[in-house]
Amino acid sequence: MSKENSILKINNLQTSFFLEGDNEVKAVDGVTFDVPKGKTLGIVGESGSGKSITAMSILKLIGHPGKIKGGEILFNDQNLVESSEKEMRKIRGNRISMIFQEPMTSLNPVYTVGQQISESYSIHQGLSKKESKKKVIEMLKLVGIPSPEKRINQYPFELSGGMRQRVMIAMALACRPELLIADEPTTALDVTIQAQILELIRELQDELGMSVIFITHDLGVVAETCDYVAVMYCGKVVEYADVKTLFKNPRHPYTVGLLNSLPRSDMDQEELIPIKGTVPSPDDMPEGCRFAPRCPFATDLCREKLPNLDDIGDAEQIRCWIYTDEWDGDPEVKVYEPQK
Amino acid sequence: MTTYIIRRIFQLIPVLFGVTLFVFLLMHLTPGKPAQIMAGESAPTHVVERMEQRLGLDQPYHIQYVRFVSNIAQLDFGVSMRSNLPIIDEIRPKFWVTLELAIYSTILSIFIGIIAGIVSAVRRHSKSDIIIMLVALFGLSMPNFWLGLMLMQWFAINWGWFPPTGWGTPGQVVLPVITLGTAGAAVIARMTRSSMLEVISQDYIRTARAKGVKERVIIYRHALKNALIPVVTVIGLQFGALLSGTVLTETVFAINGMGRYVIDSIIARDFPAVQATIIIISVLFVFVNLIVDISYRYLNKRIDLD
Amino acid sequence: MNRKNKELLSVENLKQYFPIKGGIFGRTVNNVKAVDDVSFTVYEGETVSIVGESGCGKSTTGRAILRLDTPTSGKVEFDGVDLVSLNKKQMRKMRKDMQIIFQDPYASLNPRQTVRQILNEAMEIQNVVPKSDRDDRIAELMKTVGLQPFQADRFPHEFSGGQRQRIGIARALSVDPKLIICDEAVSALDVSIQAQVLNLLQRFQREMNLTYLFISHDLGVVRHISDRIIVMYLGKIVEIGDKESIFENPQHPYTKALLSAIPVPDPEIKKERILLQGDIPSPIDPPTGCRFHTRCPFATDKCKEELPVLESLSHMTEGHEAACHYAKEIETGEHKPTKDITKVR
Repeated sequence: MSKENSILKINNLQTSFFLEGDNEVKAVDGVTFDVPKGKTLGIVGESGSGKSITAMSILKLIGHPGKIKGGEILFNDQNLVESSEKEMRKIRGNRISMIFQEPMTSLNPVYTVGQQISESYSIHQGLSKKESKKKVIEMLKLVGIPSPEKRINQYPFELSGGMRQRVMIAMALACRPELLIADEPTTALDVTIQAQILELIRELQDELGMSVIFITHDLGVVAETCDYVAVMYCGKVVEYADVKTLFKNPRHPYTVGLLNSLPRSDMDQEELIPIKGTVPSPDDMPEGCRFAPRCPFATDLCREKLPNLDDIGDAEQIRCWIYTDEWDGDPEVKVYEPQK
Repeated sequence: MTTYIIRRIFQLIPVLFGVTLFVFLLMHLTPGKPAQIMAGESAPTHVVERMEQRLGLDQPYHIQYVRFVSNIAQLDFGVSMRSNLPIIDEIRPKFWVTLELAIYSTILSIFIGIIAGIVSAVRRHSKSDIIIMLVALFGLSMPNFWLGLMLMQWFAINWGWFPPTGWGTPGQVVLPVITLGTAGAAVIARMTRSSMLEVISQDYIRTARAKGVKERVIIYRHALKNALIPVVTVIGLQFGALLSGTVLTETVFAINGMGRYVIDSIIARDFPAVQATIIIISVLFVFVNLIVDISYRYLNKRIDLD
Repeated sequence: MNRKNKELLSVENLKQYFPIKGGIFGRTVNNVKAVDDVSFTVYEGETVSIVGESGCGKSTTGRAILRLDTPTSGKVEFDGVDLVSLNKKQMRKMRKDMQIIFQDPYASLNPRQTVRQILNEAMEIQNVVPKSDRDDRIAELMKTVGLQPFQADRFPHEFSGGQRQRIGIARALSVDPKLIICDEAVSALDVSIQAQVLNLLQRFQREMNLTYLFISHDLGVVRHISDRIIVMYLGKIVEIGDKESIFENPQHPYTKALLSAIPVPDPEIKKERILLQGDIPSPIDPPTGCRFHTRCPFATDKCKEELPVLESLSHMTEGHEAACHYAKEIETGEHKPTKDITKVR
């Protein structure tokens, strides 16, 4: 992993939710990854993998009953875990911004588009409404909204889903952040609109030179937008690699399982190979490798001991016993055979 | 928006028609001849007949009704049986007293209710939340004539801070307004709290936090305006209820308002006066609702689509 | 593939308009033309998918076929019976043969009933299995959809999303239907679970000769499961054909754009993407002529005025039809786009 040129380094991040009766749900359980400067890191995982909680933890937006329990979030050498609320407010929307899945509900229904974007300028740059108006229009133009002079006086309900997501992006990028966290930004959109938004994020990234964390469950979106990928399962990163390696030579049985169960629009498949079973519930987490109960290769070792996230090669990490010296199963095991 | 207001005003026509018809029928559906009831059970027939003639009660029903409505439209409610004065002149001063009482009480309950509701929601599960909600429950379940009597006992009679009865001076306003405003404040506090809690968990509040907005600004700028949308409806209903619900309080504090007037009229079998008050209160209620609906639409931009 | 099989479902000129009330007197001021003159046929034993984006009318079509909403006009013939003319009681009987599975199985399962009660009720209404055999049938159904028979006494909320979808499938299967309409049936599921459910659906088709009308926006899923595909845009069918024709030889510019917009899970593929401009117009006042002309890079004045009809051209396979004035000219390269909206990545 490129150690020196990272904008964000997360080390052993732990975020838990404390429910009634001393019930702790470890939503993020020791997550570690780097976001290289100027690049896009994809975080993939299914529901319950902790990918969104990881994103919310970076901005410390976890509310009661959730809590960041430990670990480090190093943003340009500043450890956000130890930063005060006041320091965090200076970062949020200014140096690190976030966009969300539901453009329909993520904008305040009772304020105009212009009011909502200009708020960023008033908070972080102390601009008055008049001063920021020009900047707001510029921003709307940048995200490809036609006739922005008119749009600033419109309310969110007057805009389509795609337009609202553009407004969200304009708002997030208003102060030219160094890092953009996009949490499933196109999941709620139609395919042709998704294509527009993905293209827009890509263009803006080039133009503004920012780094992006792209959270999604859609492997197609990952392949098209990301440079590096972290695959999460049950609150842990199980594989980290650059995007080409991950799709060409996936190593973790879970990653392979995901790829094999994906119906493809670009080729005919004989049959899908699903991952058996279901994601374990948080109060019944397996002791060893979290994936062991569903893994076709699991041995007693896997069921008893949790593997570490080990470096393999330059920019690859994997959390699986198969790739360690301790592996006690078939020494010739081949996890991945590309589908024809 | 204009279309909407016009449409709503058109929709009032059947409602007002219903109200007048109901009030009209009320008089005729009561057992016995209205004139007999008004004149008293033992009144001789010729007196009753003369009264029927005077009031037009000998005419066919539909003619009576048309005259009834057209009189109302001209604010002519007839003459009081008790005083022989035009009812409208009798009601007018009392109406303003009741309206004042209702307005002040509503303002008080909005003020206290919304602040308490916000504090409660923002500090959910804290001591202040629990205390506020307990007080609200108490305020809600306490009969207001009892509260009125207690307030009068302590603040007027024992300590002499305020005059015990009457209406007009600022001092006389305090106790009745507190008495009437308490229940409303409790309802509004509970409504504000639950609405606020719902709004705080919305996605756009998360967006505001991610933007770096201060928590205080999030509550008062981003959340409150949304949270007030359902509260407005409750305030409107409260106000409507106050207009007709001041009877006991007016009696306790000896305030010469509509509430007392209607009670006195009922006791005196002054039918035209009872009818007049019912119609005035109903019409007012309908218009308050109209205002609530319009302001609801103003606050909630989303439903203003046509 | 199933051209020789008998027609199971035929939809003719189906229209589904939803009135919009407005104005001072709350009259119908306009209509949402959700489905506007749609015709197609489904043969026994095949899977036909309807694809399209929001507002294209795919779900409305499914609901209209089952008469969950009564169609504005048109004919729906199922197994030789005209469904539109049936009364409620007759229609209820027909529903034995046509079941629907929804996107959110949780919303369609009564939370106060155990799975056993849910399945029992379905069989009771249609009276398909004698009472004495029902417990055996339930156990069998549970096993078929990959659940344990003892789980039948649990409530829907005790199951995960994927399991609930299996229950939805079990309920649909319990009455031994001929046709199952799957309305975004796997859209809410995680891929690993989605694959399980898709495999299950395919197995049942083989074993019970089921016919599926599969409504989905996910073209990966559609490619995997379909024999034939219907592409809809703003209430109209723009293209229809077998799977290979649609994916390998799309004719309508909308189909091409839609296919090119799907992100492919292979970072090494360099793809030419057609980026459509603007939003999908509202179905309340759909564009005149070809509904797609506002976003189509090939549109001319003719497209604004004349509504294209579905037709098959010489370079297309049998049964492959597209509704575009310029299908042929675009194919030969005679008709060029007026603006370049392709992007290579």
